[in-house]
Amino acid sequence: MTTILTVQLRKRLGRTSGGFSLEVEFNAAPGITILFGPSGAGKTSILDCVAGLLSPDSGRITIGGRVLFDASMGIDLPASKRQVGYVFQDLALFPHLTVWENVEYGLSHLLPRQRRERCATILDAFRVAGLGRRKINEVSGGERQRVALARTLVTDPTVLLLDEPLSALDASTKAKIISDLRSWNAAHQIPILYVTHSREEVFALGERVIALDAGRILAQGTPHEVLDAPRQETVAQLAGFENIFDATVESTNPDRGTMTCRLHAAQGDRPVQLETPLIRAEIGSRLRVGIYAGDILLAIVPPIGLSARNVIAGTIVSLERRDMVVSARVNCGVEMEVHLTLAARDALELSSGKQVWLVIKTHSCRLMQR
Amino acid sequence: MTIWQAVDWQAFRLTAQLAFLVSAILLLLGLPLACWIAFSRWRWKFLVEAVVALPIVLPPTVLGFYVLVALGSQSPLGRFWIAHTGHTLAFTFTGLVIGSILYSLPFAVQPFAASFAAIDRKLIDASATLGASPLRTFFRVIVPLSIPGLVTGIVLTFAHTMGEFGVVLMVGGNIPGVTRTVSIDIYDQVQASNYAAANETALLLLIFCFAVLALVYGLNRRPNRIVET
Repeated sequence: MTTILTVQLRKRLGRTSGGFSLEVEFNAAPGITILFGPSGAGKTSILDCVAGLLSPDSGRITIGGRVLFDASMGIDLPASKRQVGYVFQDLALFPHLTVWENVEYGLSHLLPRQRRERCATILDAFRVAGLGRRKINEVSGGERQRVALARTLVTDPTVLLLDEPLSALDASTKAKIISDLRSWNAAHQIPILYVTHSREEVFALGERVIALDAGRILAQGTPHEVLDAPRQETVAQLAGFENIFDATVESTNPDRGTMTCRLHAAQGDRPVQLETPLIRAEIGSRLRVGIYAGDILLAIVPPIGLSARNVIAGTIVSLERRDMVVSARVNCGVEMEVHLTLAARDALELSSGKQVWLVIKTHSCRLMQR
Repeated sequence: MTIWQAVDWQAFRLTAQLAFLVSAILLLLGLPLACWIAFSRWRWKFLVEAVVALPIVLPPTVLGFYVLVALGSQSPLGRFWIAHTGHTLAFTFTGLVIGSILYSLPFAVQPFAASFAAIDRKLIDASATLGASPLRTFFRVIVPLSIPGLVTGIVLTFAHTMGEFGVVLMVGGNIPGVTRTVSIDIYDQVQASNYAAANETALLLLIFCFAVLALVYGLNRRPNRIVET
């Protein structure tokens, strides 16, 4: 049996003008699904909606066919009836109870003997069996994460929500806890939503990633697909690039982490090729390259011995002074804008019609979806 | 001459009885009310909070006057009481208890509500996601983490009731063994220029109240176990 979590929700967050609306739709199969994005992207709010701690304005949330929330049907199960396990960012362990009492907390519906068995089993699985009688403030940070996981998982939830549960831990402790979590889930097979803003964690954990920003899903797929895909730049970001070109992927060099793109030149002009960072893109696919005018170097003789991979010959079309910056337009098959200082212009004796070479580092070429 | 000879022990016992009873009832009434004040999101909640706080600023005579009117034979409550018991509520011990409950309400409810509101919301959320009903969350998480606030509220209520005067005089009058409390007794002794007796009673009340407060604050002194995360 596979339990699929389906989430489709809309929620206005924050009453003031600083608020934004959360609008997401996704499914999560058994296994770890990562919600990735900057803080304030709405990741935790999604978890709160699934757990029943926050009511969406509209939408529908189901798990394995069981409806947890449905605005149109007027269903909004209280958190205590959802069987959704939630490990909070700050863990929220009960400070007045012992480790054992914390883990036992969600089992009040069972007989004492069953409670004891379940607790002992889970504490053992998460390697905190010896700590049962300690108070929460008497165990270490890593042990607390384990206790928090155990307390939630012992209740046999149908979904597990993890809100940056391991962010405070060192890498090796983190890796051990994750492997314990994986072996637990190999037996239980439930969807796990794992919130993080750490790229490393995404690659370490991820089977599937959902990238979020400002309440919207930007991309979903494997970590490689999502994190290395061309980013959807907003109009505002596009506006920041003085040079934006349509381009086609000509070849990829996965072993070197680069690829070659041909810029779309005007009719009759010679094609311009750029070496760019490698992203996941098919050969022949079209994308967009942005280059800041301040990232381009300009030379008056063919430069040699450079680390930069792109050296393109061209001629100066115009020079224009803007305050303390000189903007040179250079035709090298496409027209590029280059920013120089006044001193550089004078030292190089630049003028219209002069032959120059443009130097562009691979990583100065920013790739975007068209 | 032995000391404490002039003390009206009957008044003393009556006052202690009143204070215990009022504290117990306010613990029961105050918990749900404080819980509502701490967690409700009703927009007019502040009005209820203001009403609860009124006895702090109101002269006891004003409060006592309204309680007397409300308990009297002209009011619905007074008539209801007379119909069921055959006598009026005013100038009885029961009337005194009702007046004292209203008078001490903020001293119980405000510390309760403040300590409830100070609890990390995540603990309450965690309890809910672990399947606990609101009632179970209240008794297993909220109350245990509010013990200092609850103790403070009960002690303040107790001490406040021990020393109340105006409301008692208005509602209960001065009937020995029924409504004559220690503070009224002291007032009486002073009026009768019986300063030695007034002094003994006052001193005893002072020592008793100090002892109770010192005991409770002493027991409560240990800092609450707070987890640093």
